[in-house]
Amino acid sequence: MTSASAPFLSVQDLSVTFPTEDGRVQAVDGVSFSVERGKTLAVVGESGSGKSVTAQAIMGLLDRRLSSVTGHAWLEGRDLVAMDDDEVRRERGSRMAMIFQDPMSSLHPFYRIGAQLSEAVLVHQKVSKQAAREQALEMLNRVGIPDPRTRIDNYPHQLSGGMRQRVMIAMALINSPALLIADEPTTALDVTVQAQILELIGNLQQEYDTAVIMITHDLGIVADIADDVAVMYGGRIVESGSVDDIFYRPQMPYTLGLLASVPRLDQVRAERLDPIPGNPPSPISLPPGCVFQPRCAYSDRVADHACEGVRPELVDIGGGHAVRCHLDGGQRLAIATDVLDALAGSGA
Amino acid sequence: MIRRLSTYVIRRVLSMILLLVLLSLVVFILFSLLPADPARLTCGKSCTPEIIEANRHRLGLDMPVLAQYWEFVKGIFVGRTYAANSPDPVQCSAPCLGYSFKRGEEVFVLIKDRLPATIWLAFGAFVLWLAAGISLGIYSALRRGRWQDRSVMGVALVGYSLPSFFIGLVAIFFIIIRWQLLPFPSYISPLENPVQFLQTMILPWIILATLYAAFYMRLTRNQMLEVLGDDYIRTARAKGLPERVVIRKHALRAGLTPIVTAAGLDLAGLLGGAIITESIFSLPGIGSLAVNSVNDADLPLIVGITLVAATFIIFANLIVDLLYAVIDPRVRLS
Repeated sequence: MTSASAPFLSVQDLSVTFPTEDGRVQAVDGVSFSVERGKTLAVVGESGSGKSVTAQAIMGLLDRRLSSVTGHAWLEGRDLVAMDDDEVRRERGSRMAMIFQDPMSSLHPFYRIGAQLSEAVLVHQKVSKQAAREQALEMLNRVGIPDPRTRIDNYPHQLSGGMRQRVMIAMALINSPALLIADEPTTALDVTVQAQILELIGNLQQEYDTAVIMITHDLGIVADIADDVAVMYGGRIVESGSVDDIFYRPQMPYTLGLLASVPRLDQVRAERLDPIPGNPPSPISLPPGCVFQPRCAYSDRVADHACEGVRPELVDIGGGHAVRCHLDGGQRLAIATDVLDALAGSGA
Repeated sequence: MIRRLSTYVIRRVLSMILLLVLLSLVVFILFSLLPADPARLTCGKSCTPEIIEANRHRLGLDMPVLAQYWEFVKGIFVGRTYAANSPDPVQCSAPCLGYSFKRGEEVFVLIKDRLPATIWLAFGAFVLWLAAGISLGIYSALRRGRWQDRSVMGVALVGYSLPSFFIGLVAIFFIIIRWQLLPFPSYISPLENPVQFLQTMILPWIILATLYAAFYMRLTRNQMLEVLGDDYIRTARAKGLPERVVIRKHALRAGLTPIVTAAGLDLAGLLGGAIITESIFSLPGIGSLAVNSVNDADLPLIVGITLVAATFIIFANLIVDLLYAVIDPRVRLS
């Protein structure tokens, strides 16, 4: 974050709206963040918080007829949002790649995995089919598929879920992209396989010096692999900073709520989990002020009902740690101390 | 894997043969239960009970049904002779599907002579409606909700709801009679006179294809819309594949299965005779033969046509199933 030159990927004021019959849906609202090569940004939030839509907007995967994307996504100085369909398509799979949540349904059921991998090579590189197959074989080997010479001729349904996610990773990284977006890549997998897949992504990230955006709702994964974290709620980033900022110095009541609702094995006493009351807002009718206000236990501490009427801005409170909240610094610190003490107390 | 596929084929062919045997038996028994007496139909107005009984014996109709069925099956393989002991026996050479005493002709020959017109009609229309239905269906799906989609689907609805005898007659009236753009239809083999053949077939093809194309447009559109929302399509786009490859290679193949099913069965159904279209355009096909045989209560011919039509359907089923295995590896490998 301290490098003087422009960041590798810089997303600025990215917004996505979907016109629907019920009105305009504001799925992503003014999201900004940046990632450097070799670093991992975790985007955290509940379902419907806009994290997947943000990723698809960067990848240019949203249908332009059904959505409107504004803002910028600078990838090494070139704005992905401003590119036309064909330009951004050329970037996809070559300089930026994406893996998805459900490896069971993300591979085409009718084509051999070798064909699906080679296809990714052939669309971006001028090589022979044989050379593409060699690359596919090598990549399968690298992602830890046992006996790749046999497996390359398998169909997806002949592989386990973990193996399929490895194939997806192989396919995403086969053209050595500089940016990898992983949209909940382990959610659909068994717990033991989850760790292997995360380790694999981490190893390949080091090998290729890839920038990774890890979209997840699992704070355990965040703590394991992230360098920086952006917490999203209602289509906006409500808090962002280094992983230490978020875990040790959280300031926004929603982030605190997330941390408090995680089950912890290190607790001595069986404490009840502390879920955040209420439900995420509908993107069709977002609250006019702070999107988290309806569920926030502390909004009455802010004068003049500002949380209900005035939209808070994302404010940098120092060292790249930014918070979107009307509470003043002292109030936030007091609340955070209470919540963290309670968490630590139950574990002490 | 080749081995597994061939085992699959053999298994399917064996079950098809069994199905054919059962089917022919059922058809045979059903028709023997009909109140119509085929022996009574063998002689005209000046008929006496004695002649009827004599004919009944000559035709073997006094045998039990299963014995008759056995004679029938044997006839298919080795041919048979009706009234062998009488002064004028009737030869029916293999494959003998029965003998129409009404028409004084072997059923097999009657059907064989009518088959080319039906086959030409069915395949020509088939190609037309698949080409139009699938391409317009894809076009519509890719422009979902916009005016192009609405107009294609509107036209499809009209094509689907207009009965083919109505558009057929309208077409004949305007195109052939009023504007004289085409000569009156008169079927001839394409080997003899290709121009006259095309002039005769073009309207029936279009009329028949219109009805089916409408259905295939809707089917293809719905399939594409469903498949385009699938995760592996998103993966294909994330790989950076051009949109036309995503559509043709990934989406269309995945959405093809129900289209193949419908196409196989519809084609087979038509090979059993397109009754209305053949009648309107007076094409000498199986469909018009079937209508005539029913009008004449020509039982052996009805049985023959029913069996042939049903055989087409069973064959089509087999081919559709084999195509599934080609399209979807999960079918042949499980």
